[in-house]
Amino acid sequence: MKWNIKDAEHWSWKKYPEGALILEGGNATYYKTGGWRTDKPAWDEKKCTQCLICWISCPDSSIIVKDEKWDSFDYDHCKGCGICAKVCPADAISMHPEGGEE
Amino acid sequence: MAKTATKQKIVAMTGNAGCALAMKQINPDVVAAYPITPQTTIVEEFANYVANGVVDTEYINVESEHSAMSACIGASAAGARVMTSTSSQGLALMWEELSIASSLRLPIVMQTVNRALSGPINIHCDHSDSMGARDMGWIHLFAETAQEAYDNTIMAIKIAEHKDVRLPVMSMHDGFITSHAIDRFEVLDDADVKKFVGDYMPKHSLLYNPNEPVTFGPFAMPAFYYEQRKQLRVAIDGSKDIVMKVTDDFAKLSGRQYGLFEEYRLDDADVAIVVLGSTAGTTRYVIDAMRAQGVKVGMLKLRVFRPFPAEEIAQALSKLKAVGVMDRSDTVGTLGGPVYVETKAALYNSKQRPAMQGYVYGLGGRDTGPDQIETVIGDLVKVVKGEESPREAVTLLGVKE
Repeated sequence: MKWNIKDAEHWSWKKYPEGALILEGGNATYYKTGGWRTDKPAWDEKKCTQCLICWISCPDSSIIVKDEKWDSFDYDHCKGCGICAKVCPADAISMHPEGGEE
Repeated sequence: MAKTATKQKIVAMTGNAGCALAMKQINPDVVAAYPITPQTTIVEEFANYVANGVVDTEYINVESEHSAMSACIGASAAGARVMTSTSSQGLALMWEELSIASSLRLPIVMQTVNRALSGPINIHCDHSDSMGARDMGWIHLFAETAQEAYDNTIMAIKIAEHKDVRLPVMSMHDGFITSHAIDRFEVLDDADVKKFVGDYMPKHSLLYNPNEPVTFGPFAMPAFYYEQRKQLRVAIDGSKDIVMKVTDDFAKLSGRQYGLFEEYRLDDADVAIVVLGSTAGTTRYVIDAMRAQGVKVGMLKLRVFRPFPAEEIAQALSKLKAVGVMDRSDTVGTLGGPVYVETKAALYNSKQRPAMQGYVYGLGGRDTGPDQIETVIGDLVKVVKGEESPREAVTLLGVKE
């Protein structure tokens, strides 16, 4: 079952499943949590050794890897927790205040 | 009453033993409970059934009622048929989870043996525990006798799990008066109960359908929350019909016909008492005595308190001249007990309605004898004769002034 939940916040009370259940898995991606962030991670390509410990450690699956190489942050879902910066053995990730100087 | 449709055994048992027997016959998948007087003998007796291997139930020993209800919610969401039992402070400790169980639409059935709330601490009967939880989205059934407590337990499972209800049910009987006194009543065969309650298969659950993952209890922001509450209101309002359907089906099996409430000698009555629980028995006795003296008095004994059968009550009482509503719990700081306030509100828009006054009685297990019922009827007769105006303030029966 796949929902079109684009307009879910305008649904009638009759349309929601009984008991406020969500009858579908893997739907956290629809909920963008990037706006929660106060600190934003930045990546330094020169320092990165491609160990991908950040990828394993990220609680929000917000480190995107392509072809077994570090690719990008998913800023739509990254909450800015800073775990990636903390675990990086090469100091390749640093945290910067959101909205500050890049 | 209809003729008994099936063979039944007459037993002499306490109300609590009767409830434990009903639980044994239902054979729930999970029971998570914590002992508290006067409910303890239910879970104690049921633990014996578990230990003796006569039920298949997973009995979860927990460290508090908060954990008991949490475990019940988890088990019910997983897809199990779940029962529990509590009283008084135990119910109070469950309060946080009660509205979660109903909003998740989990058909948990709980024996609530009514006991006064602390404080001061007291172990005896009044209804302040379950009345405090009256707005939590649970169906509330009240029993007068051990027979009714046993019967309601069996019906409660079928009501709760009905596909058009799916709500938790609290089944009440009076602490010590009904729970610990040995009463004579009829019990059904195990096989008849098994057939009546049937198998439980939830529409959605955490365990039954691994290919259909489901989230229970997601966060609902202001854009979503209100509609869920509307759904709950519609569900509990609509459950009234299913309560009666199950009640009628049960009558066919047992020969014992119940209603949303019982009307006793109400047809030609001028005055009536509205009451629930064991005091209805005393009231019936006094009514018979006063009828013999020519007083036209009747009783409306409430069985289903949630959903509150406002329309039916209004219809049953509108033609009367004066009604006294008796509450075994006080809603301090307002007009009177909950049954009184709601009964009065139910009649407010009726073209014809009786004078009405509220009484609180029997708090903390204070005896309520025939004299108190006679007092209420005497008061009502004075109102009908115009000797007294209906009282605005609630009257506390039997309190030492």
